[in-house]
Amino acid sequence: MHIIETGNVAAALGVQLAKAQVVAAYPITPQTPLTEKLSELIELGEMDAEYIPVESEHSALSVCIAASTTGARAFTATSANGLLYMHEQIHWAAGARLPIVMCVANRGVGAPWTIWNDHQDSISQRDTGWLQIYASDHQQIIDSVIKAFYLAEKINIPVMVCYDGYLLSHTYMPFEVPEQKKVDSFIPPLKSYYALNPDEPANLNTVTLPDVRPDIHGKTAHGYMELRYLLHEGMIHAIDELGKVEERFKEIFGRGDNPYIECYRCEDASFIAVSMGSLSYQLRDVVDQLREEGIKVGSAGMRLYRPFPDKAVVEALANVKGVIVFEKAISYGFCGPLYSDIKSAIYDNKNRPFVHNYILGLGGREIKTGDLSGALKNSCTENMSRTQEPGWIGLKI
Amino acid sequence: MNAKTTILNLPEEEFVHPGSRACSGCGLSIAYRIGLKAFGKKTLLVVPPSCLTVLQGLYPVAATKLSCINVTFASAGAAATGVLGALRAQKRDDITVAAWAGDGGTGDIGIQALSGAAERGENFVYVCYDNEGYMNTGVQRSGTTPFGAITTNTPIKGKQQEKKDVPAIMAAHGIGYVTTCSASYPLDLFDKIKKAKEISGTKYIHIHIPCPPGWGFDTKDTVKMGRLAVETGLFDLYEIIDGKFSLTGPSLKISEGKKQKLRPVKEYYNAQTRFSILDDSRIDYVQEQINRKWKEYFKK
Amino acid sequence: MGTRECGRFTSHSESGPGDGGRTGSWRVVRPVINLDLCIPAKKKTKACFVCWLYCPDGVITREIPPAIDYEYCKGCGICAEECPAGAIKMVDETSDIKEGGK
Repeated sequence: MHIIETGNVAAALGVQLAKAQVVAAYPITPQTPLTEKLSELIELGEMDAEYIPVESEHSALSVCIAASTTGARAFTATSANGLLYMHEQIHWAAGARLPIVMCVANRGVGAPWTIWNDHQDSISQRDTGWLQIYASDHQQIIDSVIKAFYLAEKINIPVMVCYDGYLLSHTYMPFEVPEQKKVDSFIPPLKSYYALNPDEPANLNTVTLPDVRPDIHGKTAHGYMELRYLLHEGMIHAIDELGKVEERFKEIFGRGDNPYIECYRCEDASFIAVSMGSLSYQLRDVVDQLREEGIKVGSAGMRLYRPFPDKAVVEALANVKGVIVFEKAISYGFCGPLYSDIKSAIYDNKNRPFVHNYILGLGGREIKTGDLSGALKNSCTENMSRTQEPGWIGLKI
Repeated sequence: MNAKTTILNLPEEEFVHPGSRACSGCGLSIAYRIGLKAFGKKTLLVVPPSCLTVLQGLYPVAATKLSCINVTFASAGAAATGVLGALRAQKRDDITVAAWAGDGGTGDIGIQALSGAAERGENFVYVCYDNEGYMNTGVQRSGTTPFGAITTNTPIKGKQQEKKDVPAIMAAHGIGYVTTCSASYPLDLFDKIKKAKEISGTKYIHIHIPCPPGWGFDTKDTVKMGRLAVETGLFDLYEIIDGKFSLTGPSLKISEGKKQKLRPVKEYYNAQTRFSILDDSRIDYVQEQINRKWKEYFKK
Repeated sequence: MGTRECGRFTSHSESGPGDGGRTGSWRVVRPVINLDLCIPAKKKTKACFVCWLYCPDGVITREIPPAIDYEYCKGCGICAEECPAGAIKMVDETSDIKEGGK
């Protein structure tokens, strides 16, 4: 069934189809319509779940952590400062290896207050041990949410599905709502590796020593570092697992692509513009325009950001002269985070391309296609320096 | 009216292994050991960072025999909510959810989540064990530390603020059951937990926990110290059931007693080195407050 | 042999005694029950057991007579203090050595 709805509703329908059992959320612009839709579906009886109106975002994720530990499929959503408020719990959920799914409607962070879109909120969570998937349109939102639940439960690592606040969360687009029957065959009922229960007592996530120590069976149990290593190992396997998930999704739903980096006119490109979220689709217009002028350029949108799919990125950027990274986040005093990730991934490439960085759209600053094409053209023709300070697009200082 | 539990009919089964890392003479150990007998096997515990975290054991050995989820400091109330949500989603209604948190994890950093849970009327028992300070991290002052107490971050002047009345805050939420208990009266605690389990909605139990290293007294005097707090009328044992207040146990006995006598609060202060800088004017002031409060109790 | 053998990938603890080790080694005094004064021992009936109730570590049994697990007893002295019959004395751990190594 095709409908025309907002990105927030697409996410909500994904959560409904995935049969989340516990939804805990706190309102924050621009996520609110997502949770409002879920509470409506639950109160109407169209979704069999517990909706818990918590008193803060920290509590929202706390509820999800405890619910997931007790064996229920849990979901929450937030943006910006809400995401930052639950930061401690984001680390906790990953360390506790819980298959929680969270949607982040990307929004800039304070201070000062902004309610408009950029990626600083989710990018600043990149080292927490969560998977991060970025959606570029509403079909990707609903599909990613469904895939996220399946993948999270397969690898016992929480997954964040990110989409641009306002640009995607509030705009209307047509997309297909998958059939419930098909989603049921895609996502089996949750089977926790251990669900908190009185019959099999266990004390979870207590103080864990620096060094290893025998358990009550005499076996040497992990120290803290071993548990962290296992999370890292899990994240590495997640890259391949995501590929398998994408294939499985394609078999059942009939659509699927490169789950790591989505390429447009990159096959014969000499230069590739890399970005995340809806910006990668806006860059397609720029690519088409510059191609008319004879510049062989392509647009690549990162889908999986964490774990960073370095092999897929290296493959996508294998034969280009230059990579231009456009991003809506910055690691202050240095450069854009995606830029530094990409540069490090292609460090060993034969015929290493130049990599340029542009920061744009912070706090929702409008991204004009003309500005994009100007910057991209400049990087591809006149200024092809090996490396440079990040350029800022749309800055009016 | 249920008969009061006695030492002889208190269940024998232990839910805590010996050899825990709790301090020698720990008041929480007494309250927890007897408290878990009241909760029983079909209980899921929620524990934020606190002395109890250490008592329950370090990975991979657990001193507690019940299932427990350790959670972040601020989130006990929310975590209990999450456990309950999952149990409801799984249609399991035969399990008690009990959060055990310290005074800091309840009245300071934990108050937001607890308040939210109480406002939503979450069906769990919240136990605050109040040793009047952040004892696990080495005796720092908390909201429930009494006025004048020396702690490691009020080392010279003592705490300059009054003890936060957390049971009153919880009663103001309009929850069905709020009660105060003491580690020195474990049978009273046992009965109150049993009672709380039968009530639906949010139940709040505040236990006064004497702490030898934190308060400055010999380990053998733990039970005596808690008893003294009640016998001086400083810490009262009461219940607030659907908004109705009544004294219970030893506090009730004192109020009904023919002698109507309270021990002088000076005895309590003199027995603990944390109150060594309290001057007579402060002690007199507290005695006055206690006398005024108890005048009302004696009247009833 | 690495820790992978333990088969877990989370901090998952199972219950058992002695997380703090042999906590009996903490004490400097040990409780000794005088069975002539101990009420249940004297009366040969279930009575008192105040020591069992108040022991923070649960190392005293509710038996006739009560038995103390010295492996884990921390020597806090609460049982001696609370015993209504004064039947428990806290004895110096080194008293054996003083008396010539008995």
